[in-house]
Amino acid sequence: MSSEKDLKAWVADAITAFANASDLESLKNARLAHTGDKSPISQASRSLGSLPNEERASVGKVIGDAKNEIALALAQRTEDLEAQRDAKVLLEEVVDVTLPALHAHQGGLHPITIIKNEISDFFIAQGYSVAEGPELEAEWLNFDALNIPADHPARTMQDTFFVEPIGSGLVLRTHTSPVQIRTMLENEPPIYVICPGRTFRADELDATHTPVFHQVEGLVVDRGITMAHLKGTLDLFAQKMFGDTAITRLRPSFFPFTEPSAEVDVFFNGRWIEWGGCGMVNTKVLAACGVDSEIYSGFAFGMGLERTLMVRHGIKDMHDIVEGDLRFSRAFGVGL
Amino acid sequence: MRAPLSWIREYVTLPSTITAEEIGEALVRVGFEVEEIEYTGQEITGPVLVGKVVSIEEITEFKKAIRWVGLDCGEADIRYVICGANNFETGNLVCVALPGSVLPGGFAISQRETYGKVSNGMIASSKELGLSQEHDGILVIGDTQAAIGSDALALLETNDVIFDIAVNPDRGYALSIRGIAREIASSLSLEFLDPASTVNLADFPLKDGGVGVSIEDVSCASVIYIRTLEDFNAKAPIPMWMRRRIEKCGMRSISLAVDITNYVMLELGQPLHAFDKEKISGSLKIRRAGKDKTLKTLDGQVRQLNAEDLLVADDKQALALAGTMGGEFSEVNTSTTKIAVEAARFDPISIAKNSRRHKLSSEASKRMERGVDSALAEISSARATNLLMQLGGARYVGTSCAGGVQVGAEIDFNPDFPSQLTGASYSHQQVAEELLLVGCLIANQEASIWKVTPPSWRGDLLAPADLVEEVARLVGFEAIPSLLPPRPVSPGLTQEQRRRRSISAALADQGLVEIQTYPFVSDATMKTLGFQGERAKTFRLLNPMSDDAPHLRVHLTPGLIEAAARNMSRGSRDFGLFEMGLIFRNNVKLSPSPKLPTDRRPSEKEVKELYAAVPTQLMHVGGILVGNSEVPNWQNKSKPYVWSDAVGLAEYILRLCNLDWEIGRSDFAPWHPGRCAELKIGGIAVAHAGELHPRVVAAYGLPDRACAFAVNLSALPAGEIIRPQILATLPVAVQDIALVVDENVSARAVEDALRAGAGDLLESITLFDRYDKLADGKISLAFTLTFRAPDRTLTNAEVSLMREEAVAVAAARTGAVIRSA
Repeated sequence: MSSEKDLKAWVADAITAFANASDLESLKNARLAHTGDKSPISQASRSLGSLPNEERASVGKVIGDAKNEIALALAQRTEDLEAQRDAKVLLEEVVDVTLPALHAHQGGLHPITIIKNEISDFFIAQGYSVAEGPELEAEWLNFDALNIPADHPARTMQDTFFVEPIGSGLVLRTHTSPVQIRTMLENEPPIYVICPGRTFRADELDATHTPVFHQVEGLVVDRGITMAHLKGTLDLFAQKMFGDTAITRLRPSFFPFTEPSAEVDVFFNGRWIEWGGCGMVNTKVLAACGVDSEIYSGFAFGMGLERTLMVRHGIKDMHDIVEGDLRFSRAFGVGL
Repeated sequence: MRAPLSWIREYVTLPSTITAEEIGEALVRVGFEVEEIEYTGQEITGPVLVGKVVSIEEITEFKKAIRWVGLDCGEADIRYVICGANNFETGNLVCVALPGSVLPGGFAISQRETYGKVSNGMIASSKELGLSQEHDGILVIGDTQAAIGSDALALLETNDVIFDIAVNPDRGYALSIRGIAREIASSLSLEFLDPASTVNLADFPLKDGGVGVSIEDVSCASVIYIRTLEDFNAKAPIPMWMRRRIEKCGMRSISLAVDITNYVMLELGQPLHAFDKEKISGSLKIRRAGKDKTLKTLDGQVRQLNAEDLLVADDKQALALAGTMGGEFSEVNTSTTKIAVEAARFDPISIAKNSRRHKLSSEASKRMERGVDSALAEISSARATNLLMQLGGARYVGTSCAGGVQVGAEIDFNPDFPSQLTGASYSHQQVAEELLLVGCLIANQEASIWKVTPPSWRGDLLAPADLVEEVARLVGFEAIPSLLPPRPVSPGLTQEQRRRRSISAALADQGLVEIQTYPFVSDATMKTLGFQGERAKTFRLLNPMSDDAPHLRVHLTPGLIEAAARNMSRGSRDFGLFEMGLIFRNNVKLSPSPKLPTDRRPSEKEVKELYAAVPTQLMHVGGILVGNSEVPNWQNKSKPYVWSDAVGLAEYILRLCNLDWEIGRSDFAPWHPGRCAELKIGGIAVAHAGELHPRVVAAYGLPDRACAFAVNLSALPAGEIIRPQILATLPVAVQDIALVVDENVSARAVEDALRAGAGDLLESITLFDRYDKLADGKISLAFTLTFRAPDRTLTNAEVSLMREEAVAVAAARTGAVIRSA
């Protein structure tokens, strides 16, 4: 029968053999030799049955402890060797992570779309809707209803694209104001809308002009609307567009569709910039749309999106905005 | 309007400490944009003296004729200078720049030896003194009153400030020093001295003996005065102060009579015209051209008259285009001794039409179009008469007139209205003060509703809101507080707007770049792209930017193709572009635009007619794919864009909108007739996509196989609320099936047949291989079918049965047979 001394030696032998195993294969051999059926400890374990009952428990415990000690050593060594093996494989699988990743072409939105979305979101948050209308528009909606009578200089061929034949009554809208008229014809006050969209004037393309451009106009018609509300709205709008420090200034001006009328200037990058026009909706315009000016008053404003973009982003040449060069839009990404 | 400060000062008592910038700001505050403040004469340092030419010796021995000129400059000795000009004679007064003076451009004058003489200064021209840009010889001072040896710079008022002011179309009265001075006085709360009030009308009453006048009808003019003078000396000198003021305002000095009419126009705002009375037959008539065919205007042009042109005529013929330009025949000249001065308020619209029809924008028409103060005809003609007498020695003969002063209608005005409309708070007293300052009369200031009469020069003040603007601008817009309106809750973007946004963002995410192109298209482009018949019907502009491109686009592809070509010419090779915008088709007969009033809302019927007269404009999104979708890289070779990439993008857009569609081949310009897919929803074509027609690709120099897609967003049905099924969690059964069919059988037909045969438990079907190298015009299509039941794991037997049924339907419908290995 094995002595405790034998057991200790077997454990020590096994631990040494495991430690000496340099890879998982030799560890397997050591495991078979020291824990397999023919190993001394297994044989000792098997011979427990021949011991008298009173000894069996105590000897069994001693053998069990020794087996646990060997198993623990084996587990530890297995873990160590597996880690060594894995480390070697991972090292072999190393890549050059600076290799250029594969991208689809970089897309992007036209900055006019981006700024239009930005303005729409701002005004939606202020309670407005976004109204739209046709670009080829009835003259009555583009001019007459806006208190621009037939002989007004704005209706000459120099400014307006007319559609054949003469007297067709159709023009390419010169501003988005006909959308305001449509909105008032189709809805009862209170009206809170902005009208972003493409507009047309017969100007030659140069660094600051384009015959096809974009505007955003705003229209509010409600009870008790004052010019103070116009001013407050423009102040907040200017801050949204040009930063929190932007301030606005109203200068008296003239538009047929507003009275009083004003130019809106914004102080940006150390100087006053002409930004757009605004005013209180002319009672004649309200009358043409069936809005009772005894009950309601309204304000309207309008800005050029190209101009806003040029001022804000320091764009020098209109050609870049209108020529469809993908490098221009791409630089803006999706505007985030 | 150019307004010299030296002139403004005569009518406003400006404090000596005020700067030109402060005056400019005062103008801006009340609504006059100051485009430029020009400081003149700062580049000149004297002495520049008035000298009298006492001797001229012509020196001819040199290549260039020159003069040795003796000048009396009020000095002890005669001063001699060399001069290259010869437009003066002995006895003339000229400007002599003495050695030590510096003229504009750093031109220092010194004593110098030249042509064998010692030149002791220089006789200066207008250009050298910085007074004009013209080379018209040296400046001869016509004004014989000027003192010899006096400071010529003071005489010429070289030191001045000139305001260049943009005047809005509703403020014609401000196209005068009188009007500008009034605005400055109002803005700065200073006293205004009205030059019109200094004219003594009693000196020139209505009196027969001169030229008579009549107005054909009230649509022509509201008032006209004709003053007749005789014994006028057309050769009398033009005083330097008058000449300089005219020049500073940007006009040219022409002759004494014309200068006087122009001077009075600049001073008061009333255009005047001087006729040579001897050329007038009978009396003057303001009338339409009618049957008159031509008129030679004083610029020498023979004008073809329109029957509606407004004229000044006599008993025999047309004499002038009223308020626009005089005629050559009756023009005053150096031999004129009898003058008829005309001052009128012509109908502004008629003048605007005169000016537009004859492409003639004159100083007169500019003012007439905006409407002239009807009280000014009498005053300004009297003022001109006075000057013609004083300066030209003329004798007053008589005055005739027709029509009379129009005073604006009385406006009922609630003095609280300015505060109500602006949100500022103005006291009644403040409101009254500002209105009086504008020139309004208030009949009953103690009443709750005032009766306000606007002044004759403010034809633009018609309604209470017009008066509010006057109060608000004169008090200053900065008095208006900044508040937000009591706004409602926004409904947000519409579904259509949200879709457009998502689609744009998705296309950008797919690597496409958004562009915006002009919607103008040429005949050649329409032809090259193959738009014919119904698809070529569009609108044509009367006045296009370019005669080459008069049509409105019928499709987005022309702009995209042109932009792609431009990008290629700028060095881009592999890219995708997209555009979203309206297209125009003239394929429905439109009802004519109704003539509607503006003083009331059109009726529902009228609105309907109005809307029906406007063509429907469809919102499209289109894209073009050029070159490679993947450029060569360290992992893969390049991968070109192919027709199916374009189809994929069109399908992607429909899928984003949660729509189902049918797909088939279509011959649709500008696509390749064999490589164009048409996507339909509910039987309506909503999208086309595929490879562009090789003819188009070649015409624009695009790389072979360039692709495009276009989706008609306006035709997409509204999305419905999405109600997803409960997600099945049991295992799937996967079956691969390879079938052989004729090559002209579409993949979609086979897939549809398999789907129909496989039954309801088929979860998905995917074409994973297509092999076209089989013999006999056959191809092989291989599909993966995935089956799943919601309530049980499918048995092999069940799956085999479904597979067999799928193949059977495919065989029946498309002739497919299982491909043997």
